[in-house]
Amino acid sequence: MSARAGILAALKANRPAGDYPLPSVPDFAPLVGDDLVEEFGERLKRMGGRIADGRSGEPLEGVRERLAEAKVIASAVPEIAGNRDLRAVRYPQEVEDVDVAVVRAVFGIAETGSVLFTQDELIVNAVAYLAQHLIVLLDPADILPNVQAAYKRPEFGRSAYAVLHTGPSATADIEGVLIHGAQGVRSLTVLLMPR
Amino acid sequence: MSVEDLNPRAREGVIHPEVRAADDESERGQDGGRLQHAEAATKPIRAPQTREKQPRGAKIRGDRPIDQAEAAERFLAAPLHQAAHDERLWDLRKKRDTSAHGIPEWEELRELASAIKAHTLTHLDQYLEQFEAAAKANGVQVHWAADGADHNRIVLEILRSRGAKTLVKSKSMLTEECGFRHHMAANGIEIIETDLGERIQQLDNEEPSHIVAPAVHKTRMDVAEVFAKTLGTDPDNDDAHYLAESQRETTRPYILKADAGMTGCNFAIAETGTVVTCTNEGNADLSGNVPPLQIHSIGIEKIIPKVEHLGVFIRLLSRSALGSPITQYTSHFRGPRKGTEMHMVLVDNGRSARLGLEEFWTSLKCIRCGACMNTCPVYRRSGGLSYGATYSGPIGLIIDPTFNKRKYSTLPFSSTMNGSCTNVCPVKINIHEQIFAWRKVLVEEHHIPALKQGMMKAAGAVLSRPAAYRAAIGAADSALKVLPRFAVYNPLNTWGKKREMPDAPRQTFHAWYKQNRMQKPAKDAAPKDAAR
Repeated sequence: MSARAGILAALKANRPAGDYPLPSVPDFAPLVGDDLVEEFGERLKRMGGRIADGRSGEPLEGVRERLAEAKVIASAVPEIAGNRDLRAVRYPQEVEDVDVAVVRAVFGIAETGSVLFTQDELIVNAVAYLAQHLIVLLDPADILPNVQAAYKRPEFGRSAYAVLHTGPSATADIEGVLIHGAQGVRSLTVLLMPR
Repeated sequence: MSVEDLNPRAREGVIHPEVRAADDESERGQDGGRLQHAEAATKPIRAPQTREKQPRGAKIRGDRPIDQAEAAERFLAAPLHQAAHDERLWDLRKKRDTSAHGIPEWEELRELASAIKAHTLTHLDQYLEQFEAAAKANGVQVHWAADGADHNRIVLEILRSRGAKTLVKSKSMLTEECGFRHHMAANGIEIIETDLGERIQQLDNEEPSHIVAPAVHKTRMDVAEVFAKTLGTDPDNDDAHYLAESQRETTRPYILKADAGMTGCNFAIAETGTVVTCTNEGNADLSGNVPPLQIHSIGIEKIIPKVEHLGVFIRLLSRSALGSPITQYTSHFRGPRKGTEMHMVLVDNGRSARLGLEEFWTSLKCIRCGACMNTCPVYRRSGGLSYGATYSGPIGLIIDPTFNKRKYSTLPFSSTMNGSCTNVCPVKINIHEQIFAWRKVLVEEHHIPALKQGMMKAAGAVLSRPAAYRAAIGAADSALKVLPRFAVYNPLNTWGKKREMPDAPRQTFHAWYKQNRMQKPAKDAAPKDAAR
């Protein structure tokens, strides 16, 4: 008997007695207030991320310094120009020297301060981890109230890769000392900017 | 305004003032405030700068029963390690409480998570077939492994047939179960753990001591010593930032040149064929997105029916584990990148048999958050390695005997039966009741030494008769008052060590109740009582 057949047979034979219907999950009231932009920013900051508002005045003011310090910028958005063409990348290893990557989020989640990307926004998935810093453009109109609402979105069912980022890469594996940039990006800045 | 309290009053209490550090090296936020996300401590905790040798784990002698108490004793004999460990995990438990109390529907979420898991586990054959079909339709190659050896053989075959010699991986308890790293090393495959804590443990040739924080039993000085020996860092520099950066810098070349990448799996979605991983470092995403060949190892009990159910589990997992609302990365791997291969290995390794154990099958609901470990007084005082098993702490006590009844026969006795594990479990596993049930099974099947059997019988006899129980409690209280220290803190009472017994109350509740409530109050006292 193949392992597959053996496992399935054992699961059938060992099924516990009793009726265990699948419960329906009610829609819970969001933990956040009505101002989703403010709630999103507040929670993002608590998760180690930074927030910049590009809706008024000079739009790139909040990330100017970060961009100015970067030698290699890989941009997947038309709003910010880079000097590394992600569409020309053949192997993910090629983006290991990227200082700043710029990507647009599909949506944000106010409950957690998270942003979602799929392979379409990232172009090269690995750039969101191999880059030293990440700048994320987010349309304030794309902020969802909670995690539950996020998991009703179609992207999870159709994307080869979908990922929620909540702040930068972090670790506290040594005596609980919080350190950003464990393996992935050292900082994550969300720049509020309508599409 | 927000329902959730974002500024819970800082809980300043510490159990061990000696490990409260004066200065603070944790990251600051955009507004300058101290950050506490991921597995960060709410306040600086540091073992004093006195070198203390790291206590090692339980001695493994083939199939012979693990002597957890012996290893725990050695952990207790290292007071700096013990205090830092206790403080750190209790801090995680408190962070969990703050987080859980901030959500009005917390108990409802636990109920839902438990019911979704019960449903899925009782229909697991159907959901596995659905998962397989969806994954195949996504272009994924699906494999089935009956046990750990099968898993290792399948992965080795995948690697060999593609000429792969190096593999970077993220943390996975399943691969620990399979002895994956050791097996691959013996077959000439270089395995690199990419999670900082797991890498520390790999370099020190130790198993992970905690399912979420693998090196939580080590001080920074221990880490500095390990890294100096293996990575060539400065042995006198035990700065946590320096050590973490050294690991980042030395691991990255492996990630870039690895032939294959591997992750574990937190949740597998039947309807979409998706593998979900939850990490703080982003190392699962590096393992899955950089090498040209990616492998995901999945315990079959990780299946949940639909994407929408993540809306329940993701909200519970990190809050229970670390007190943060979500992990830094929640990654959904569904199909291969262009020009690359994606494999998923569905592993049983005892799970289908466990499903048939009437009293124990619900342990398969576990989502590996570690909350039961953080809250357990025995675990916090003895360290995960003292259990000598892949799974330690309360969840380990009820899972490990399913792997080897003789070797892990003593583990279910490493519990005070306080029930705290059951109370914090996000999927409502009745952990402490299962611990008790395992004790009965192990005694009945004669896996238990005579000494513990005697204690069990006495306890069983007393607990089954309320009057005898009351008499015993009464006697215990008075005994605490009059017995010499050696009688209370003797070797039979392992958990009396490092714990001062509470002062015995002057009167038991029963005695008080009998005196004050079961007798008619004196006439002149009645009006006073009524006026209260």
